[in-house]
Amino acid sequence: MACINAQGELTESAEKILAALDQPAAPDALAGRTSLPLFRVRSGLREMAEAGLVEAKEGVYALTERGRSVLPARQ
Amino acid sequence: MSPQTGNTVQESPHTPSGASSSSGLPRLGSPAPSFEAVTTFGNIRLEDFKGGWVVLFSHPADFTPVCTTEFLAFAALAPELRKRNVELLGLSIDSPSSHIAWVRNIKEKFGVDIPFPIIADSNKEVATLYGMLMPGESKTETSRCVFVIDPAGIVRAMIYYPLTTGRNTDEIVRLIDALQTTDKHGVATPANWKPGDKVIVPTPSTMEEAEARMKAGYECTDWYFCKKAV
Repeated sequence: MACINAQGELTESAEKILAALDQPAAPDALAGRTSLPLFRVRSGLREMAEAGLVEAKEGVYALTERGRSVLPARQ
Repeated sequence: MSPQTGNTVQESPHTPSGASSSSGLPRLGSPAPSFEAVTTFGNIRLEDFKGGWVVLFSHPADFTPVCTTEFLAFAALAPELRKRNVELLGLSIDSPSSHIAWVRNIKEKFGVDIPFPIIADSNKEVATLYGMLMPGESKTETSRCVFVIDPAGIVRAMIYYPLTTGRNTDEIVRLIDALQTTDKHGVATPANWKPGDKVIVPTPSTMEEAEARMKAGYECTDWYFCKKAV
């Protein structure tokens, strides 16, 4: 996965996206907060949702409990 | 999808009027065929680009000289394209490891970062979907194809170059500028048009419109041939 490497660690782009999710946001807002291209944010969010790190409600993404638990250790 | 399983073709989410993307090759004005692909930036779906323009382009193979010159040119082009809300997406029938090694080699030998993802189309699914393989040229290498896809996912332009001939990336920028000008102003663009040049006012379809056109203040050579500045 692009957001989690073979060692199970978050990649740099995944960390950026998770850190930007201190407030729930839609992908285009996250692209603005992270300076990542929108396609990277969308693909990253999809992978992190599959990994249980984020969840989406009506197009707005938020950290899950698991996402919150990995974030502070990485900051 | 696991990266090991290769790329997948998806039903297009767009519902075209009288056009189908799932049968036959891409057509101008029709939805671009959907896919999910393994890339150097992870798994990407065509729909991830929705809302922006995409230049999907294929090259014959990694670690080849003409392709390397093209990648250097596309990398140089990327900032100009980003200003126009355009993302680049490369493709060849190579593995992710080959792409990564080549990108690293370009950085090492030429000092250039490749700032866009490259599809590792090992199973030829996306290449086949888009007609990038030309059997008369090669059964294993994609030709130099370019597909310009607009923010609604519609194929707006296609360019095909043979294996031997590197593309002119300035023309790709010019083409994007022309398409975006067309969308913004509802006009067409003449031969060799560049931003700042006058554009073509669409040809009238009725006598009444033709009469009105001649009095509208455009630069008209005749009723069907009028230009204006935008």
